Amino acid sequence: MDVTFFLQLFINGLVVGSIYALVATGFVIIYKATSALNLAQGEFLMVGAYICLNLLSKHQIPFWQAILITFAFSALLGVIIERLILRPLIGSHLISVIMVTLGLSSILKALIQLAYGTDTIPFPEVFPSAPVQIGPIPVSQGYLYAIGCVTILVALLTSFFKYSKTGMAMRATASSQQVSLSMGISVKKMFAISWAIAAIVSSMGGILLGTIRGGIDMSLSFMGLKVLPVVILGGLDSILGAIVGGLIIGILENFSGGYIDPMVGGGAKEVAPYIALILILMFKPYGLFGKKKIERV
Amino acid sequence: MRCGDFKTTYTADMTIFESRSARVMLGIFLCVLFSLPLYTPGYLLDIINRIGIAVIGAIGLNILTGFTGQISLGNAAFMAIGAFSCGYLGTKFNMPFYFSIPLAGLITATFGMFVGIPSLRIKGLYLAMATLAAHFIVEFLVVKWESVTGGVAGLTVPTPKLGSFAIDSDARLFVLIFVIAIMAVLFAKNLFRTKVGKAFVAIRDQAISAEVMGVNIVKYKLLSFGISSFYVGVAGALIAFHAKIISPETFPVTVAIDYLGMIIIGGLGSILGSIYGAIFITLLPEILRMVTTSLSGSFPELVNKLAAMKELVFGMLVIIFLIFEPNGMASRWHNIKNYWKLYPFSH
Repeated sequence: MDVTFFLQLFINGLVVGSIYALVATGFVIIYKATSALNLAQGEFLMVGAYICLNLLSKHQIPFWQAILITFAFSALLGVIIERLILRPLIGSHLISVIMVTLGLSSILKALIQLAYGTDTIPFPEVFPSAPVQIGPIPVSQGYLYAIGCVTILVALLTSFFKYSKTGMAMRATASSQQVSLSMGISVKKMFAISWAIAAIVSSMGGILLGTIRGGIDMSLSFMGLKVLPVVILGGLDSILGAIVGGLIIGILENFSGGYIDPMVGGGAKEVAPYIALILILMFKPYGLFGKKKIERV
Repeated sequence: MRCGDFKTTYTADMTIFESRSARVMLGIFLCVLFSLPLYTPGYLLDIINRIGIAVIGAIGLNILTGFTGQISLGNAAFMAIGAFSCGYLGTKFNMPFYFSIPLAGLITATFGMFVGIPSLRIKGLYLAMATLAAHFIVEFLVVKWESVTGGVAGLTVPTPKLGSFAIDSDARLFVLIFVIAIMAVLFAKNLFRTKVGKAFVAIRDQAISAEVMGVNIVKYKLLSFGISSFYVGVAGALIAFHAKIISPETFPVTVAIDYLGMIIIGGLGSILGSIYGAIFITLLPEILRMVTTSLSGSFPELVNKLAAMKELVFGMLVIIFLIFEPNGMASRWHNIKNYWKLYPFSH
């Protein structure tokens, strides 16, 4: 076996996996706080990428500022969506919540398509492109920056949940809405904040994907569906699980792309995460770190 | 004047037609429906045929999702299995359509029950994800299993023949589709008057209580998957005959979402709702096309954006219905009817 090839796939997997981890974190935050399954996560990512692209190439705003503006916009989007669409559905049947996010994804996709068309738009180069030599293999600097960004964002999120008052209130809401209400926490506000955070981390994922791929198009929205195997593997209500699951699925995907694709003639890379999803559901339905639910009458 | 329910027997409560006029109206409707091919132009008939297929598929999905409460995002994959088995049976074994359509349904039902097995352990959103994963796996297999499905190039489906009589025109296809669609509606309507259908509803409303009451959850959940997939498989087979050439791209995941939209907009857990939803969602792109072409004089760029417009309107409709009328068009229709029935003394 070729070691260089193996390592190359491993690093690619790690980078893609770290982006999956980001998006999955957003997914898990929404699920934990509001027990809604957000199938529009991929569209959040796509919208973030397009906004950042617009800021960078049309308005020539420096990268770091563009990221902050994108975050602000995504947060606003998240709050608006929660307020207008999700809040009226609190307490309604699960299928309504799933379907409403599917409807939302249709709308966001359509809006992006109306505004930008379906062609791939080149994403401006923000990180230096010269590869760095790590051991035997050259690694693009963009990859390193991407992993760095993800690490920083995850660290920020973790400390937010651990130390800040809002973060603690959100954890309290996730553990019991009634108790937190009686403690004076505004559950509605927490719901809105969860959606805002989820939109922010997803938009970061979109920006990073844009810089790595060098161009963005409508296919970015499929990332939202790729996240499902990740959260199932990690456990639907565990942020740690989302991160570990993201990395594992990213690596799995690249390995099956590198080793199985040549045998079957392509396609294995795309389908491998879903096969993993089914297997996990069969043998360990609550994932690696998920909380087991026991049902009683 | 009627101003309430005065049913004194179970038979009266279970009856499908509440009054004789409903029966007569349905008879007139069926007469009009089957005379449509005589004077309807080809393109319109094509749309009506698609509506008929959508009705079968939507009822199938509603049996599983609306009546049994099991969410399935794998609908498009089931449809693909029905279509490709029908096409394969037709090309390889020269099987006539009256065998290949039910057989395609049975193959899909078997597969559906297999996919349904996880539903015994997991539920709700886990099931949604499992069925979505099943969709992508089936899509992969359809592309790869070239000897059966023709791979990316697709499969040409032979024209259905009744003896030497070829069902090749829209009008002939219309009869085939709507005879099956009416059988599908009748079967579904009666299904929910039987023990099986009531067991489905009991599982949806409260699975654990249903089990306590003696409903065998394993059996009925799998049965629901089976019946639902049979319907969807038959719809897939009809799509194969209608489209003539089927490829993996005929059944993208958006088809599954469209069907979910149909039963949400039409009404979850309502046969009539499935029909309304199927009509509505199938007509939606056509109406949009009409509107955009009529506006193309002043907004010429609109025509190119038809696909995006359809997505936009579809998403908005789904959200609006979920928020303002979660029981769908069927319930809205019911309310309007009741209002006028007692007008001006409705409370």
